[in-house]
Amino acid sequence: MKFFILAYKNLRRRKFRSFLTIGGVAVAVAVLVSLLGFNAGYQEALTSDVDKMGYHVVVTAKGCPYEAATMILNGEAGLRFIDEDIYKQITGDSGIDKITPFLASLAYDPQKMDGKGGFTNFLGIEKSYLQLKPDAEFLAGEWFSGDDVNEVILGYDAAESEQKSVGDKIFIPGKDIAFTIVGVFKRTATQEDGVIFLPLKTAQKIFDAEGKLTGIGIKLKQIEKISEFEERLYPIASIQVISMSQVKGTILNLVNSAKILIMSVAFIAIFVAIIGVVNTILMSVFERTQEIGIMKAIGASKFDIFRLIWIETFIVCTLGGILGSIIAILGGNLVELLVRKVMPYAPGGKLLLITPDLLAYSFLGVIIVGIISGLLPALKAASMRPIEVIRSGE
Amino acid sequence: MEDKVILEAKNLKKYYRRGSEIVKALNGVDFKIKEGEIVSIVGPSGSGKTTLMNLIGCLDRATSGSLKIGSINITSLDEVDLVKIRRGNIGFVFQRFYLIPTLTVRENLELPLIFAKKKIIAKEILDILKEVRLEDKAEIPVKYLSGGDKQRTGIARALVNNPKILIADEPTGRLEARVGMQILELFLRLSKKGLAVFIATHDLELAQATQRIIHLQDGRIITKEKSDLYY
Repeated sequence: MKFFILAYKNLRRRKFRSFLTIGGVAVAVAVLVSLLGFNAGYQEALTSDVDKMGYHVVVTAKGCPYEAATMILNGEAGLRFIDEDIYKQITGDSGIDKITPFLASLAYDPQKMDGKGGFTNFLGIEKSYLQLKPDAEFLAGEWFSGDDVNEVILGYDAAESEQKSVGDKIFIPGKDIAFTIVGVFKRTATQEDGVIFLPLKTAQKIFDAEGKLTGIGIKLKQIEKISEFEERLYPIASIQVISMSQVKGTILNLVNSAKILIMSVAFIAIFVAIIGVVNTILMSVFERTQEIGIMKAIGASKFDIFRLIWIETFIVCTLGGILGSIIAILGGNLVELLVRKVMPYAPGGKLLLITPDLLAYSFLGVIIVGIISGLLPALKAASMRPIEVIRSGE
Repeated sequence: MEDKVILEAKNLKKYYRRGSEIVKALNGVDFKIKEGEIVSIVGPSGSGKTTLMNLIGCLDRATSGSLKIGSINITSLDEVDLVKIRRGNIGFVFQRFYLIPTLTVRENLELPLIFAKKKIIAKEILDILKEVRLEDKAEIPVKYLSGGDKQRTGIARALVNNPKILIADEPTGRLEARVGMQILELFLRLSKKGLAVFIATHDLELAQATQRIIHLQDGRIITKEKSDLYY
């Protein structure tokens, strides 16, 4: 314990330099923890999003399947239309367990976001939608009273942002019709929390898309028979079948490519931090050559000197590790905000999953790095010859 | 007190290589120092004073010859045993004091005990501080002390392991003459208690005040008589 106190006091002698070195380690740790947390969090959130969608496949108009899938996951519009007849045509397919048609649309609301304006997502659905969405439960209210009534059900976040509840009226921007809110869904932690739902027929009428759909969500009886199902739909020229598990895999692949790049940056940050630690401790060793010589003269063995310098490195890395972990935990929300801005698709739920295990492993990693980076300065110090270094300053 | 030899060098040699040249830092040195004796070692730069201090202080090993501390010939000991001998027998005092500035007087005194893995006994520390007249400054960080008090702290630190030999390298070199005299008096007082004091110095006044002078030149002792001292 005495050695710890001595090492700590040594570090305090050069407070600013020690602080900067600890800061360097902390930044490297924070980056590493955030990235590893993102790695775990993103995968979990995406899997949860895709699973909560309830669809195995989505049928849409031909085009880029991944763009379409991302739009569907985001609850966005912009999809090209398919004919409603196609829905009727494929409904009878023997491989289908559950099926639901939908029409997605966007409307610009100049009043949104405190007057700054923004888009609201609308989704026209039928009651079969609920069968495919096990998480879609009512917080308040109930299903529409008819197939083409002017009623809406709000997603949890949509209700929060509109400050509306069941029984209130709502206007769709640009459409001079009042809609009655008949229900509010519970939070699902997906993008659909921000969506306003209408009866499919109403949506087709309001958004001038009668007889049109943007997609058909399908749950198959046997997911492994997806390719046979695709083959059966192949003759219908205007559509494509998108498998959600493929979408999940492709998004994860894209994210993984970006992750490799980011991880490389993180490892460079850690490498730079190690160099910083070695440099700081080595500098302090060279500055204290005489003092180290004295310590030997007053009874310190090579091992004592080695231990003292090594403990200094250990303290720097440990404090850096603690500070870095705190930064990662406290700054997690900020990182999440940034990631959501730059990622092409960011699932709902927490993107950054910083678990005690992750913190423990990162911390352990830093300690090992500290142990390794302390070796060189400690060996240098231990091998100094006392009287020469003492007299060299005289 | 019986005159017991605490330090004995016989044909002590230390050679080392500097590039292609062999430097004979000590080239056959013989002397004896008894318990309670206070001896100065003088000589020009490069005469071998540092090398001799290194060897006596168990900080280096001789090329040949023998050097005994008490009954132990330290020339044949390995690094680990040299550290043990150094901890138990040798105290160092330096011209520039070389205290750890952020530590207090007491903490500086505790350092040799920490390295020697000895128990720190507050009363023993206080007794040593009384000996050097620093008992009221125990908790002051040494960076705030005067030069004389820093050297007293250095001497107290050298005494804390209860050594048999005190090696002082220019101990009054950075002190005012009056303070230097006080330090010398302290050495004399310690030597009367049985401590052998070995002072390397250029200060002839200090050297004259010691019981014996060893004059080194080119790695050899050229005179042991005080009257022969010419610089």
